[in-house]
Amino acid sequence: MSGRGFIQDRLVPVGSILLVILAVWYVAAYSMNAPFQRDFDRRAGETRTSVEFLMKTMSQPKPTMPAPHQVAENLWKNTLTVKPWSKRSLVYHAWITLSATLLGFAMGTALGVAIAIGIVYIPALDRSFLPWIITSQTIPILAIAPMIIVLLSAIGVTGLLPKALISTYLSFFPVAVGMVKGLRSPDVLHLDLMRTYSVTKMQMLWKLRIPASVPFFFTSMKVAIAASLIGAIVGELPTGAVAGIGSKLLAGSYYSQTVDIFAALIAGSVVAILLVTAVDVVGRIVNARMGARNP
Amino acid sequence: MSVFRPNWQALLSLLATLYSLTALPFTAGMSPASSLMVVGLLIAGAVLSMLRQGFAVETAVLTLASFGAAAMLMSGLSDAFGTATQGYFAALAAAWLLGWRLVTVLSGDGSRGNQSSTVSVIVPALFGIWVLILWECIVRGAGVPFVLLPPPSAIGLRIATSTSILAADFRQTVLKAVLFGYVVGSLTGFLVAILADRFRFFAHGLLPIGNMVSALPMIGIAPIMVIWFGFDWQSKAAVVIVMTFFPMLVNTLAGLAASGDMERDLMRTYGASHWQVLLKLRLQAAMPFIFNALKINSTLALIGAIVAEFFGTPIVGMGFRISTEVGRMNLDMVWAEIALAAIVGSLFYGALALLERAVTFWHPSYRR
Repeated sequence: MSGRGFIQDRLVPVGSILLVILAVWYVAAYSMNAPFQRDFDRRAGETRTSVEFLMKTMSQPKPTMPAPHQVAENLWKNTLTVKPWSKRSLVYHAWITLSATLLGFAMGTALGVAIAIGIVYIPALDRSFLPWIITSQTIPILAIAPMIIVLLSAIGVTGLLPKALISTYLSFFPVAVGMVKGLRSPDVLHLDLMRTYSVTKMQMLWKLRIPASVPFFFTSMKVAIAASLIGAIVGELPTGAVAGIGSKLLAGSYYSQTVDIFAALIAGSVVAILLVTAVDVVGRIVNARMGARNP
Repeated sequence: MSVFRPNWQALLSLLATLYSLTALPFTAGMSPASSLMVVGLLIAGAVLSMLRQGFAVETAVLTLASFGAAAMLMSGLSDAFGTATQGYFAALAAAWLLGWRLVTVLSGDGSRGNQSSTVSVIVPALFGIWVLILWECIVRGAGVPFVLLPPPSAIGLRIATSTSILAADFRQTVLKAVLFGYVVGSLTGFLVAILADRFRFFAHGLLPIGNMVSALPMIGIAPIMVIWFGFDWQSKAAVVIVMTFFPMLVNTLAGLAASGDMERDLMRTYGASHWQVLLKLRLQAAMPFIFNALKINSTLALIGAIVAEFFGTPIVGMGFRISTEVGRMNLDMVWAEIALAAIVGSLFYGALALLERAVTFWHPSYRR
């Protein structure tokens, strides 16, 4: 993609839509905060000019809809002006969530790959288990996450692991489904060629099926890592607001601190974007090294 | 050709059965004689299944032995909560191994050609039944406390006795929040995609943003929506709308780009207008993508509505029931709600899959 094409096809449209979103956000902040401010001023018996009134709607301490600059200010204050390991820092909370996400993602990926290999090699598993994997994802696991956390803490499992288990449950599915597809992706000619070499099942797995599945692996890992972040965040909701982005959301909702909620949401989004980008970059490098076209 | 045809499931099953003889009787509620009957049934099943015989006889023998033994083991647990010996679990494992053998026999060699529709229903069903049997026997046999994990029978009983509560929660969460949010969210996503597609500038701008937003933890907007729209179902529907909008937008945009150049050129030679090409070619080609989004959204919608209820709700709804009953340690009620959610989710997904098959019958993935 040439530089000019990139600017015309990507930067300008994306930038202008982001600007529109920002403008709509400001208008929404004004119109949603105005009723409260009007009421507040009437009680206080103050009359303001319209400019003053506008400024006031943008700087309420607990606005219905925080203005973008309030969120930015809160983010700035909670990431750069406090020590990263203090409890007020969003970096600290993001790190707590991130560690659970990564642990859950690692376990989920391993489980997903193991299940996929089992399904590809054992016909009975293919027939009996695959339909239930799909059904397992119609159970709203996020809905029972609080119960799982409470139960695990009742039998003495606390800390990182319960949250990571929720992430595992959410992330194994895309990996398992993607890997089944990937391990079955070598075409019949290649499989037959390997058979004429009289390879063992293990050699077939290592030398043909796994290399063929690598592009599928990274595509499904991108979905899986986003899912495990969501799992970790929801897993933090019932821990009684101790630490993590989820607990920040919960605390914000208890005290109607909308600015805090928005800041936590943006922190979570930044983590999500970083994680997905990291997987994407690693995937591109590995695919390029293995000589595969990027899907 | 030998009469014997050993297989590892039956051999292991024999070993486990022999081991179970070391701890008779199995539970406080079982006499030694009835325990020995279980053992006899298992040994007979394992040995008979290793003889070379027809498919029908083998499946009949395995079904009888595995489920017969499982039924006797389960009935042995009545009034004997938590008294199962090691022998009990060995016998249970033996019965399960015979069940596995049955599934293996039914699935055949795994080649896709001989897949009959009854087998593809029966085999997963057997798996589900065995999960329930093992859950029931292990929880009640080992005496797992009720507050940790209730047995399936207790959950079934709870579902049967509290249908009115479940129906009220279903109405509040599914019929109001999920359905409304799902329809509105998917429809807006679809319409915005059609509009964005008309003006390429928007499509170029929206696609990367939509892709990014789809990876974000959108569930986090739940507390904000509860603050904005109050405790009732409207706030949950709002969460569902936001969560379902972006997958639909991204998938529809991708789908609209899926039709081939040749087909589009053909439409152009017919002198078709933009809307004609859209309606007659590109929307048809986009259908697999749109159904993909609808399927993703069906699970997202349920999750969004239930999780949003954790942040504030009237005293009805599936999420509300789950969070309060966990607090009161009524785990059977919680599991009843989970079962309800899973059934609703599966039916929703299944209905979409059937509809997809009817609409996109031309797609290569349905070719036989």
